[in-house]
Amino acid sequence: MSVPQSEDGTPVLELRGVNKSFGAVQVLHGVDLKVYTGKVTALVGDNGAGKSTLIKSIAGIHPIDSGEILFEGRPVQVAGPRDSAALGIEVVYQDLALADNLDVVQNMFLGRERTKGILLDEASMEQAARDTLARLSVRTLKSVRQLVSSLSGGQRQTVAIAKAVLWESKVVILDEPTAALGVAQTRQVLDLVRRLADTGHAVVFISHNMVDVFEVADRVAALYLGRVAADVPISTVDRSQVIELITAGRSGDLGMAPAAAAEVGI
Amino acid sequence: MSTSTTPTSNVEPGGSAPSGFEGDRPDGSLGGVVRGYLNRIRGGDLGALPAILGIVALTLLFYALRPNTFLTPLNLTNLLVQAAPITLLAMGLVFVLLLGDIDLSAGVVSGVCAAVAAQLLADAGASWYVAVLGALLTGALIGLFTGVVVSLIGIPSFVVTLALFLGFQGVTLRLIGQGGTVPIRDETVRAITNSNLPVGLGWALTAAAIVLYALLQLNRWRVANARGLSNQPLLVVVARIVVIGAVLVVVTAVLSVDRALSAAVDLKGIPYAVPLVVVLLLALTFLAGRTTFGRHVYAVGGNTEAARRAGINVTKIRVLVFVLSSSMAAVSGLVAASRLASVTPGSGGGNTLLYAVGAAVIGGTSLFGGRGRVRDAVLGGLVVAIIANGLGLLGVDAYLNFIITGAVLLLAASVDALARRRAAATGH
Repeated sequence: MSVPQSEDGTPVLELRGVNKSFGAVQVLHGVDLKVYTGKVTALVGDNGAGKSTLIKSIAGIHPIDSGEILFEGRPVQVAGPRDSAALGIEVVYQDLALADNLDVVQNMFLGRERTKGILLDEASMEQAARDTLARLSVRTLKSVRQLVSSLSGGQRQTVAIAKAVLWESKVVILDEPTAALGVAQTRQVLDLVRRLADTGHAVVFISHNMVDVFEVADRVAALYLGRVAADVPISTVDRSQVIELITAGRSGDLGMAPAAAAEVGI
Repeated sequence: MSTSTTPTSNVEPGGSAPSGFEGDRPDGSLGGVVRGYLNRIRGGDLGALPAILGIVALTLLFYALRPNTFLTPLNLTNLLVQAAPITLLAMGLVFVLLLGDIDLSAGVVSGVCAAVAAQLLADAGASWYVAVLGALLTGALIGLFTGVVVSLIGIPSFVVTLALFLGFQGVTLRLIGQGGTVPIRDETVRAITNSNLPVGLGWALTAAAIVLYALLQLNRWRVANARGLSNQPLLVVVARIVVIGAVLVVVTAVLSVDRALSAAVDLKGIPYAVPLVVVLLLALTFLAGRTTFGRHVYAVGGNTEAARRAGINVTKIRVLVFVLSSSMAAVSGLVAASRLASVTPGSGGGNTLLYAVGAAVIGGTSLFGGRGRVRDAVLGGLVVAIIANGLGLLGVDAYLNFIITGAVLLLAASVDALARRRAAATGH
């Protein structure tokens, strides 16, 4: 289903030794992460492992304390959300941030409306929204002029993802996109996640659901108490190993050395 | 980026799934159009329907009760002029309500601005345009102050404008003087409500408005159709042009009849206040629907957090909306002063604001933000004016007047709330 794997290419986004503290609490410890174009990287970890902090660091909401962020091989500074957006990093947060009283097109272009003189260029925006949705093979929307308030949870997720893709983004980070969805809607969103990668985006996919992770991801990065326990192709691990990595930080010869795991463990 | 799909086709090879977007190509036949409309109504999307039904029902009611006076050209002209200040105030308030805020001071601000204009005319002997500019500037500055206090200090608009509602009554009293009345003698300001367009010019403007409206609507339909965008059936577009054109023609015809009570004088034509309302209606509708500013107002009212994350400067939008609302209050105050030919310490007080908020809500603007249109102010303003005018003709006691107006407002708010609940339940 997925494209052939090539681990030797330059990752589009790479984190090296990223540290982040809030006051006395160090949340991220020397995090290394590689994200590749055309691949879905699942970011897994227990509650409090630092997943949210990590994506907010990448998005510039919580700038990192130390370490390096490389984008397409170049070291970059991400000091705020505008920096990450300028690089082509888009984050779809769990609460989606859509305006219910606006339609699909209006939401997709919110804050970045196209204009002709002082007029909104509705025709061009609708066309672009339609093209983006078609490129992602979204068939579940009745109309692009439908109000978002009338959409189901899966459709809203679809709109939020399409909004992120509209901006020539290179990296799309999805925060638990399937968390509150039913079976059929989860299916739609997972298909969409796969197509995102297949249309040339690097996707970071946060999930607690191992079925979803193994279904859609090419790589899996497990966070354990703020450290990356493993960042490996998903074909090299099985489900019980990933769960061990999440809960204990190590699994067999994978993950942190026993001493390190014991040191940070309870 | 994609190689397998083209923009014009959402059906993948071998895919048997529905192609999507079928709602963008609605059934264009008469039956389909009617079905689609009924479905929208059933789903809780009432649009302008309650206000229009209200106008029709109230007109029939007062016509039945006062067949000789209510539907006369003279009374209808009075009614439109009566509706003008309410409508103008409500137009500005629609924007504030769209944000989910409220401006309780808009009524008394209209009084302050009128007082400034009256004093400029009377004391300073300024010409009419200086007075009008002074009033507009006063309104804009008050709006700036309100907006800054609301958005930068972060006090809820309800509290800020309640304080200003009390405070500005004092300002008007100071400007006019206790128990005083400043008459408006300036011919131009009085002409807004007391003079009429020449009949020929009135018809020419009406014709121009209809042609322009038809061209804009048809052109929009044509562009959307040619580019395969979501579109309304041509039948709906044409029907809307015909209905609006017919209403404009009827109104112009009624206003062009000589309505003088004595044969010696000649009283006919459209009062200047009517084209003033129409021009501002068009301008503000354009601002709300077709510009980035308007889009951002709706976004802030719908989901402030989403708007902020989308990079919209929420503070700036809020300040600008209060400036707009208070400037419209100034226009409303000038029209009211022109109608009464004077400004008193009570100008803009009393029911002024509540009538305007009532007009916006009756027209369909939500008090919870995010939903509403500028035309709501016009439709709702007409409802409020018909009630005030009709009850005046009936000569009912003042107490009944209050009770009936209050009941109509409550009814309108109930219709709105029930429609919203229905909409939430059916997902429209």
